[in-house]
Amino acid sequence: MSNPPDIVTGETEAPGLGIPGAAPPGTPGDDARRRTHDLWLTGTESPGEMGRFTSEGAQEMLAEEAPPVLAAQMGSLVGDDYAVAVVSGTGDTQIINMGPQHPATHGVLRLHLELEGETIRRAKPIIGYLHTGMEKTAEALTYVQGATNVTRMDYMSPFFNELCFSLAVERLLGIEAPPRAQAIRVLMTELNRVASHLLWIATQGLDVGALSMMLYGWRERELLLAFFEKVTGLRMNHDYIRPGGVAADLPDGWEDDVAAILDEVPRGLADYVALLDANPIFKQRTVGVGIITPEECRAFGVTGPILRAAGVAWDTRRAFPYSGIERYEFEIPVGGAGDTFDRYRVRLEEMRQSLRIVEQAAAAMPRGDYRSDDLKVTPPPRARLDQSMEALIHHFKLFTEGFKVPPGETYQAVESPRGELGMYLVSRGGAKPWRLHVRGPSFAHVQALPVMLADSLVADTVATVASADPVLGDVDR
Amino acid sequence: MAGPASPPGFLTATLQKAVNWARTRSMWPATFGLACCAIEMMATGASHHDLGRFGMEVFRASPRQADLMIVAGRVSQKMAPVLRQVYDQMPDPKWVISMGACASTGGMFNNYALVQGVDQVVPVDVYVPGCPPGPQSLMHGILTLHDKIRSGEIVR
Amino acid sequence: MSPASFDQGTPAGRVLAGLAERFPAVEWAAPLGDPVARVAREGLVAFAAAARDAGLDTFIDLCAVDYLARPAGRFEVVVHLLSMEPPLRLRILVALAGDDPSLPSLTGVFPGANFYEREAYDLFGVRFDGHPDLTRLLLPDEWEGHPLRKDHPVGAVPVQFKALEPQ
Repeated sequence: MSNPPDIVTGETEAPGLGIPGAAPPGTPGDDARRRTHDLWLTGTESPGEMGRFTSEGAQEMLAEEAPPVLAAQMGSLVGDDYAVAVVSGTGDTQIINMGPQHPATHGVLRLHLELEGETIRRAKPIIGYLHTGMEKTAEALTYVQGATNVTRMDYMSPFFNELCFSLAVERLLGIEAPPRAQAIRVLMTELNRVASHLLWIATQGLDVGALSMMLYGWRERELLLAFFEKVTGLRMNHDYIRPGGVAADLPDGWEDDVAAILDEVPRGLADYVALLDANPIFKQRTVGVGIITPEECRAFGVTGPILRAAGVAWDTRRAFPYSGIERYEFEIPVGGAGDTFDRYRVRLEEMRQSLRIVEQAAAAMPRGDYRSDDLKVTPPPRARLDQSMEALIHHFKLFTEGFKVPPGETYQAVESPRGELGMYLVSRGGAKPWRLHVRGPSFAHVQALPVMLADSLVADTVATVASADPVLGDVDR
Repeated sequence: MAGPASPPGFLTATLQKAVNWARTRSMWPATFGLACCAIEMMATGASHHDLGRFGMEVFRASPRQADLMIVAGRVSQKMAPVLRQVYDQMPDPKWVISMGACASTGGMFNNYALVQGVDQVVPVDVYVPGCPPGPQSLMHGILTLHDKIRSGEIVR
Repeated sequence: MSPASFDQGTPAGRVLAGLAERFPAVEWAAPLGDPVARVAREGLVAFAAAARDAGLDTFIDLCAVDYLARPAGRFEVVVHLLSMEPPLRLRILVALAGDDPSLPSLTGVFPGANFYEREAYDLFGVRFDGHPDLTRLLLPDEWEGHPLRKDHPVGAVPVQFKALEPQ
């Protein structure tokens, strides 16, 4: 096709574009015009293909219609396939699709919303867009390698995944991490809780329109991530908490870093309180929005800040303590209304309580080993490898074959920033888990989203989903 | 603008340079954060590392308004057609940065669930390794892309 | 483990002892201190409803395990329930025989079991009778196979390395 369509060549060309008026095709003027046109508007596509382009640029669409199954998967085709029947309202509804690529769904979550006007009558979450096969991968990795896999599930609180996995493995092994390791674990996990809630408050603010919150929220988080990088080597996905203890001791000068954190983060929190707490717009968008009752929470397995905001004082750290957390004084913030605003208040207070725990853990950090001295589990120090044949053999066996865990099964739960994170671990005596099932808190919360969204407005969807704080890595694994 | 037939001469070469310079100076990313890398991408856009100094802090929700797609995270089999559809909806010129190990090669998850490298689905211009790559690595990748465009290595 | 070994002095022990008395066919155990009840597939719904009414009203988890060759049955469905008052966790195990297992759905007792049962169906192929919407959850709808079964490979793609000598 040698002649581009009229929109580009004809006398209808707007003046001032710098493209000469229509020159007959095949003449040097036409060639030049086409080269210029290429530069400005279409890139490297050959002039012969210009028929598919408008002056806005290439409008490449899928060449042929996607088959209906694929279209449904991509969200371009929405159907009424929601099996739950009850619909309130007068019945004139339409179904819209939100996601999976969406700026406000906190990851690749897809929601079908059945709307009557602006009111949501039914909602259906569709997940699986981040399914990574982590539970299958866990069966192929040794227990030494397991923490690297598990840490990437709930990627906003990686220490908790590692801690849960390590505790489950230690339970089956029948060993306990030494006191210093336990204290380090508490220190790092509670700092992780603060970091996770800071990110949450930033995205919650962004989603309801307080854009400045997004920029401020990352300020203190950078402090925490710098500390994590100093201790573990990475800002995220650390693989630091391993069965037997932690991977390395705290570096020199860590007390000063923690003191700086304890100094600066509360000041940041005070800023956020000033920005959001009495802010009438924030309150209008969050008070009374996304309500869930304690009975509904229990029926769906909703735990964590959502359950506490609904008025139930349940925290796994209190009920089934782990890693020596019972030695520290902290309070459990509880809300009452079960709405988005209460969840915000609960998480804000949780940050303060976590900083309290961090202060106590840092002050009372015991001396001693940072890993269990069980030779079958803990690799020997690197320096010993030059000196001792036995150390070399242990190192070799641990990092190739791994250690064997006695047959058994266990369920271990920790209180992650999102709720109860649990791992069900089945061992049949080998060096790799037979089955590792991760009970992610966000899985239950996403399932409970239709309950929180029922009979609310579309605009509230964003605020509610943000307040449920789902991390899709947890949901899809 | 160009009289008689001439090979790309002084004027069009300068024009090409100017166009490339302009394209790198306000490259707007589309939001395509999938997993952990998305958190580091957000950190890069936040005030500490500040993508705004390159004119890139505006992550466009609509792919029609974006020219850069940073695939940040692991792409599952279910997500791959969505990725392609978003890429197709972006107008030319467009570029793709594959951020992180999972997007580049499938990362540590060499299994049934993930697409082993996003370049199986869309053409990639720059690969940024890391798990996740820190903000500095991502910025290096973005600046590499800028350099490649300005030098004419990538022609769109 | 017999119901008599539950510590009736504690509220949690009383809850378990009460359940044990009402359901004499259930086998009890306590590996590593966790209360575990092994229930037959027909009795699961009734047992779960009784547990819920006895205080174990928080639905925590449901998953499946593939044990391959095992006399009791290849698959096992594991349900975790939680009671907040008194704090108590209970694990319920249901052994399922055969390569195409099915059991009654718990969605009537716990609405939260919905997604968990869909996931078990998706990844293991366990069917739940009475589930309102038993379709794939995590994998694309037209996917074939159940990846977490032990006879399904991990699906690793061989990594291509450049040849050392030019061929």
